[in-house]
Amino acid sequence: MRSLMTGNYASAYGAKLSRAEVIAAYPITPQTSIVEKLAEFVSTGELNAKFVPVESEHSAMAACIAAETAGARTYTATSSHGLTLMHEVLMWASGARLPIVMTNVSRAMAPPWSVWVDHMDSIAQRDTGWLQFFCQSNQEVLDTIIMAYKICESKGVMLPAMIIEDAFILSHTSEPVDIPDQEMVDSFLPAYAPEFKIEVGKPMGFGSLVKPDQYMEFRYKAMLGMKAAHDRILRVEQEFKQVFGREHGGLLELYRCENAEVVLLTAGSVAATAKDVVDSMRSKGVPVGLARVRAFRPFPHDEIRALGSRVAGLGVLDRSYTFGAAGAMFSEVKASLYNCPKRPVTKNYIAGLGGRDITPKTIERVFEDIQLVTKRGEESEVEWVDVAGLPRWWR
Amino acid sequence: MTKSYEEIPLTPIADMPSTMNITGLWRVIRPVVDKKKCKKCTICWKFCPDAAIVLVEGVPEIDFRFCKGCGICSHECPSKCIVMVKEGSD
Amino acid sequence: MAKTTIPEEEFTYPGSTGCPGCGANLVMRYLLKALGERTIVSIPACCWAVMPGYWPSNCLKVPILYTAFEATGAAISGLRAALDIKGIKDVNIVGFAGDGGTVDIGLQAMSGAAERRTEAIYVMYDNEAYMNTGIQRSGSTPWGAWTTTTPVGTTHDFKHEAKKDIMAIMQAHRIPYAATVSIAHPEDFIKKIQKAKGIRGFKFIHAMSPCPPGWRLNPMLSVEAARLAVETHMFPLYEIEHGRVRITRKGKGLPVSEYLKLQGRFSHLSESEISEIQSAVDASWRYLEEEEKYAAQAGINE
Repeated sequence: MRSLMTGNYASAYGAKLSRAEVIAAYPITPQTSIVEKLAEFVSTGELNAKFVPVESEHSAMAACIAAETAGARTYTATSSHGLTLMHEVLMWASGARLPIVMTNVSRAMAPPWSVWVDHMDSIAQRDTGWLQFFCQSNQEVLDTIIMAYKICESKGVMLPAMIIEDAFILSHTSEPVDIPDQEMVDSFLPAYAPEFKIEVGKPMGFGSLVKPDQYMEFRYKAMLGMKAAHDRILRVEQEFKQVFGREHGGLLELYRCENAEVVLLTAGSVAATAKDVVDSMRSKGVPVGLARVRAFRPFPHDEIRALGSRVAGLGVLDRSYTFGAAGAMFSEVKASLYNCPKRPVTKNYIAGLGGRDITPKTIERVFEDIQLVTKRGEESEVEWVDVAGLPRWWR
Repeated sequence: MTKSYEEIPLTPIADMPSTMNITGLWRVIRPVVDKKKCKKCTICWKFCPDAAIVLVEGVPEIDFRFCKGCGICSHECPSKCIVMVKEGSD
Repeated sequence: MAKTTIPEEEFTYPGSTGCPGCGANLVMRYLLKALGERTIVSIPACCWAVMPGYWPSNCLKVPILYTAFEATGAAISGLRAALDIKGIKDVNIVGFAGDGGTVDIGLQAMSGAAERRTEAIYVMYDNEAYMNTGIQRSGSTPWGAWTTTTPVGTTHDFKHEAKKDIMAIMQAHRIPYAATVSIAHPEDFIKKIQKAKGIRGFKFIHAMSPCPPGWRLNPMLSVEAARLAVETHMFPLYEIEHGRVRITRKGKGLPVSEYLKLQGRFSHLSESEISEIQSAVDASWRYLEEEEKYAAQAGINE
């Protein structure tokens, strides 16, 4: 059924179609309409789930962890400060190997207070052991939630996943979305049946104390789960395509990268804008391409090495900044490329923080800049784009 | 002994009884029960924090593999038939 | 043949790594005797997160969910929601947390669980400090106590704040049942837990849990200390059922010094400071008696 809906409603439909059984959530702008829609589904009986109106995001995730351990499929959603408040228990969820699925409406961190999009909140969770999917459309949000349950609940993975919507750009903007039939989703996604769950009659303790002589082995296993997620993501997407006729590009979506001299790599809704720019530049004969990081975790290491070995210049646009050597995505891309015999010239562009619009004009100028540095063969680490006071970009 | 990553569950799930921990090794003092004086009131069994006392026809049998020698049984016994002695003495 | 005054069946194995004489061991032992096998316990960071032993040791015959420190209230809500949606009935869900994990860091989550009328029993075992991390003061540490963060020193820097009245806080949440229990009165303990089990909604149990190392107490006197706490009115035994206070053991009203002198953590107190404690305890006790009378007169829950 085709409908016009916001990214938030797409999330809510995704959770509903996935038959989430326990939803524990706390309101925060701009996630609120996800939770409201789900409460509505539960109140009309359209969704047979328990809605737990917790008193903080930390409790939301703690409640999901408990419910998932007891064998229920859980869902929650949050944003920005809510996500970072959950940080402690995000790490718990992955260490406990619980396939919880969550929507994060990626929003800038305070201070300054901002309700608008950037990826700092999401990127800051890259060490938590969660799968991370950056979406560029509302359809992708809905589809990825359904796929995520299947990916995460598979025996070789058993890790939680966050589906990232850009604040307001996706969360509150309506786009045409196809809502799959419940029966089709049921055939694609079976009920959650974990190997272990907490239950009466089985006196097991979940999450025991482990000495230094054994801890590392548990972490190694978690790493293997994330590694297995790579192939699982591709497999599940192929299955999804067979049932629903759609796919979203795997871990790294390549747009017109064949015969591209320079490629811009980025994530989120800005990629959709960048595709338009690629089209217009290509129509003028400029050989550019766009690589969209769809899965940031697991990191598309192989895909980036494959891409890097056939382009001359690779620019990475980070919608976040980690106060490290460079933007997070850029640093990880470079790490992947380091040992490649054939490497492109790379450069990092920090843009769009706090909801600063990344216009087609800006993207065009970024492409021109990548071409310039590629031609000169010069490496430059990081450049902040469209910042008042930096004359290069701000005219 | 460190188990290989292939031999452990996904997450630490504890499923062995704690009787693997021989806490009796902690003892510095040990309870000695005078079974003839025992009135079978069951109070010592009731107050043992470690459930290390088993009642055999009402008379306490202390499981010395686990008894930590806290002395609560001795203090609470109304008939004063449990005495704490230094561990190692007889 | 001897008759025990409490249920005989054990739901704890020996071999827990609690200290000799640990009051918390008895709290758990009595709790599970009252609730039986169809129980799931949620335990945050606290002594009891460590006491079942290193993986794979479990000293309980019921399943345990270990959680982050402040999450007990949320975890029991999540557990209950999962069991409800799965249609699994007749399971006791217990949140079993220390005083720090309840009155301080865990207060928000517990308050939320109580407000949501989560069908569970929350047991706070109160050893009156952050014992697992080495005897640091908590909101539940009583006035006058030495702890490692109120170390007396040369400036009389013992804990100068009053103990948080968690029972009053839970009373204000208008939950159907709250009660104090003592390891010195196992029969009363078990009766109250069984009563809680039969009441619908969120129930709160405040269990005093003497701690030999933390209280500088001879382990032999663990139960004795709990007994004196009740007799001196420092830890009165009462219930609050739908707002109505009912004292369940009058106690002899012994002088508090009888209780304080057993514990090294109070050994620095002067006569006048002990008198201050006595006055505060007397005033609290009188207030409790008044509350009980008022509830009866006002016909609360007749």
